[in-house]
Amino acid sequence: MADQKRDTKLLDELEKGPWPSFVKEIKNASKTSPVCDDLLGQLELSYEEKKGHWKHGGIVGVMGYGGGVIGRYSDVPEQFPQVAHFHTMRVNQPSGWFYTSGSLRTLCDIWERHGSGLTNMHGSTGDIVFLGTKTDELEPCFKELGEAGFDLGGSGSCMRTPSACAGMARCEWACYDTLKMCNDVTHQYQDELHRPPFPYKFKFKFSGCPNDCVASIARSDMSVIGTWKDEIQQDDAEVAAYAAAGMDIQNDVCANCPSKCMKWDGKKLSIDNHECVRCMHCINVMPKALRPGKERGATILIGAKAPIVQGALLASVLVPFVPADELMDTLKELVSRVWEFWDEYGKNRERIGELIQRVGMSNFLDAIGLDPIPQMVTAPRDNPYIFFKGEE
Amino acid sequence: MAVTHEALADEMFHMVSEYYGKKNLKAGDLTKAMIAKYGEAECTKDDCKAAIRILMDSGRCVYSYFGGSFITLPHKEGAAPD
Repeated sequence: MADQKRDTKLLDELEKGPWPSFVKEIKNASKTSPVCDDLLGQLELSYEEKKGHWKHGGIVGVMGYGGGVIGRYSDVPEQFPQVAHFHTMRVNQPSGWFYTSGSLRTLCDIWERHGSGLTNMHGSTGDIVFLGTKTDELEPCFKELGEAGFDLGGSGSCMRTPSACAGMARCEWACYDTLKMCNDVTHQYQDELHRPPFPYKFKFKFSGCPNDCVASIARSDMSVIGTWKDEIQQDDAEVAAYAAAGMDIQNDVCANCPSKCMKWDGKKLSIDNHECVRCMHCINVMPKALRPGKERGATILIGAKAPIVQGALLASVLVPFVPADELMDTLKELVSRVWEFWDEYGKNRERIGELIQRVGMSNFLDAIGLDPIPQMVTAPRDNPYIFFKGEE
Repeated sequence: MAVTHEALADEMFHMVSEYYGKKNLKAGDLTKAMIAKYGEAECTKDDCKAAIRILMDSGRCVYSYFGGSFITLPHKEGAAPD
């Protein structure tokens, strides 16, 4: 049993305030886990010395897989022997993060048997993150996870664990079945998920509508965002009801429309759907009155990333609209062309978005066999890398 | 006749051994080298993928991570405590 008297005066500061505190949770766990007690000790030392005490492991993993385990070692193992090894395991989350309480208990029980008991639900990629275990426990833990129906997620130069919003399971705005797409893509690319074949990481994220609840436009190399092609569905009686209830439709809806495609004359809301950019603002404000159109599908975008080696990038449109029932086939075809190009020309640790920046969007589109189209342009005269010939 | 996956795995293992300690090789480096040696008609990317899987599942090679992911020979982890 861990000693509760460990002096952690700097860490204690992180327990103050109304916010959840990881220190509080680690302290709770340390009542039954000596690993957590040493973790607190090492963290306190790091705050005292203003220096991290973790070393990155290079080759720890489970047999046959090149992803899913991130090696961590303490550089002060004599002081904190329980965290001499403190590897992280990434476990592939269910699409949309749906669990039964039974499956959560199973996961926690497995992790208490083989690791520190500390979890992060969920990591920024979306995986279930198991924090802190020893090398000898990796294979037994992996075996138990497999028996419980779970698998490891991606890390390193793998396709990373795909993630999706809750989609049609809980959200009426979903324009395609994000959960199915996420599940299908996970199964389709198992090899790429577990055996790193790429110059660097590659992420898929699936959002059911332009609200983009999984931030795919900013965080994924290939982003699939639900949209519609026809007109916003409008219920005039519900629009009137919102107005009667006191909503300032002119200021709260029309004035906030980025393309100014809406007009309100005090009785009737008119939408010029050709000018609509699918921002979702009006639909979010008046969910009973306005809905996405009936002809639904998704936009496929490419090249987003958070800042690591280079700065952050937002995704660019690759295919403006794919009908929902053609999405998987289109995505597979596109992905094979994109990966072929990246394999051939990508430098070590170069994300696909950075490669596109380096070679130019025009050359990239040419290589994957797509023609430039106006929807790829953020704003007129905004994309200097696409030149249309006179006859076009 | 196309080169067998086992033969490709042996060839890749030889290459990884030769470069061990000198240069980190990625899966793509091995694949390109095999295709250059045998030609695309005899050796496809899928063949190389299968060969790499044989290498990993047999334990002759392991994946390592140093910024990106590489294929190397099993060795004692440098960062691991004694």
